[in-house]
Amino acid sequence: MSGLELRALTVARGRRTVVEPVSALVPSGAVTALVGPNGAGKSSLLGAVAGVLPSGGTVTLDGGPLRAAEVAYMPQATAVGAGLTVLEVVLLGRLERLGWRVTADDLAEAAAALDRLDLSPLSQTRIDRLSGGQQQLVLLAQRLVRRPRVLLLDEPTSALDLHRQLRILDRLTAFARETDAVVLVALHDLSLAARYAARLLLLKDGVLRAAGTPGEVLTPAAIRDAYGVETEILRTSAGHPVIAPLAPST
Amino acid sequence: MTGPAAGPVAGVVPAMEGAYRRGERRRVFMLGAAGLVLAATALVDLTTGPSSLSVEEALTALAAGPAGPDRLAATILWQLRLPTTVMGGLVGAALGVAGLQMQTILDNPLASPFTLGFSAAAGFGAALAIMFGAAVPVAGWLLTPAAAFAMTLAACGLVYLVARLRGASAHVLVLGGIAVLFLFQALQSLLQYMAAPEVLQQIVFWLFGSLTKASWTSVAVLAVIMAAVAPVLARDVWRLTALRLGERQARSLGVATAALRRRSFVCVALLTAGAVAFVGTIGFVGLAAPHAARALAGEDLRVAMPMAALIGAIVLVGASVLSKLVSPGAVVPVGIVTAIIGVPILFALIFRRDGAVVE
Repeated sequence: MSGLELRALTVARGRRTVVEPVSALVPSGAVTALVGPNGAGKSSLLGAVAGVLPSGGTVTLDGGPLRAAEVAYMPQATAVGAGLTVLEVVLLGRLERLGWRVTADDLAEAAAALDRLDLSPLSQTRIDRLSGGQQQLVLLAQRLVRRPRVLLLDEPTSALDLHRQLRILDRLTAFARETDAVVLVALHDLSLAARYAARLLLLKDGVLRAAGTPGEVLTPAAIRDAYGVETEILRTSAGHPVIAPLAPST
Repeated sequence: MTGPAAGPVAGVVPAMEGAYRRGERRRVFMLGAAGLVLAATALVDLTTGPSSLSVEEALTALAAGPAGPDRLAATILWQLRLPTTVMGGLVGAALGVAGLQMQTILDNPLASPFTLGFSAAAGFGAALAIMFGAAVPVAGWLLTPAAAFAMTLAACGLVYLVARLRGASAHVLVLGGIAVLFLFQALQSLLQYMAAPEVLQQIVFWLFGSLTKASWTSVAVLAVIMAAVAPVLARDVWRLTALRLGERQARSLGVATAALRRRSFVCVALLTAGAVAFVGTIGFVGLAAPHAARALAGEDLRVAMPMAALIGAIVLVGASVLSKLVSPGAVVPVGIVTAIIGVPILFALIFRRDGAVVE
């Protein structure tokens, strides 16, 4: 199977190990969701794969070493206070390729990325004047303009309304399929994860508890174990699973 | 999702590129306008002083060169006023750029070239040279700036060491810099306490900051430093712009933020040391010029950096004119003038219509 392979990947923050050895396959051409409760180690795992956190173990792409230029990583949303325009922010996604003069090719790529996320009308607006959700979309466009082979997103829908959550996950699914990219997304909404991800990785306390299809991973027992919540798995008329929380488990 | 510009995006791309190019042209125009204002301010500075010199006479003497036929005009212009004006421009430019760098790497709108104790270190070095220089067989005009320069670099070295050991985050740099600031301020106060009254007067005059100490030597030294630093800053210009998005975002884009901060910090130290070693401490230029530059040119540092240099130069050369007009026959130290005129500039920026400069 082509894609990303994690072998005994560990992350330590100071003296504390926050991710125990994780070995997993993340296939290309589809969205893989990383789920788990707060503090499970999802952000640390993504940071380690992206190479911004020191880690042990190995990460390979299609059997070879993963190069930094192939990766686009979006950390959790934080307010951006810079007075740069949206188009300037997206251009920075091509940081390694930008020369002193911005070329027509640079602008075409950035404009296309903005257009595909319906952000064209905001291209000349300063990013510090946008809402948190709009900033999140702009930063996603910035990652997409890098044309990554591996896209790592840490809760990319956390500040988005319902419409935009569905739209962005639709786009990410299409992106993975069209470019055969690896898309690994940390998500809190288990129903969204079940609907859009081909595979799920469930983390708790830095340990990979389960990996597989949504049907294999998102069972009431596994959710009780990871989240401490009793749930019922329902189905929509289209057959998508919906995780309905019932009560905290005793 | 990010394929080539075709299909539905074909019409959008030219419109966005057009808007971007128009913005670029507007910024280049602003830079040109700032250059013209600087040239005009410099001309006024050259014609202002105890000996009257008309604009025509100044331009004629300038064109004739240092060996021009009008010896008096040539001496006034080439020996006295031009070094002062050029030094004012260079010091203002160096402090403007250093301030912009400092505000960028520390992610703090209140930062200036002096935030991390460089001015206190320079002051201590100068005070040391003024007090004990007689015992050293080196001319005073050389010893004082050399000591100020060396001490600024020593302060930089201390903060750099802390950053190497504890990681060059903005917090570590600020805390290390504040420690250095207090250390050198205390040492400077100790020397002032111990100094004889006439020596104390010399130290205090140095600390005021005055362009009358400028010479062609100081101009050459600062110009060489600026020429050496410029390529480093130019190479990092996109990475520094990305740093404006915040530490995490910049790192996620592949920017080695700690190394970038250390590199920029050394550039700031060199620019500041070169600027203050010869003319003393000149406040507010390094704080106000970056804000004005961003307000006029935006945050793309390819434009904001030269704009900060031009505005810093305009402010300092303009302050030089004022310092000569305030008290005819005497020259008020320009450091006092910049501090006074810097305050209304900052207030104007804070109360800008959209109020977005120093949020």
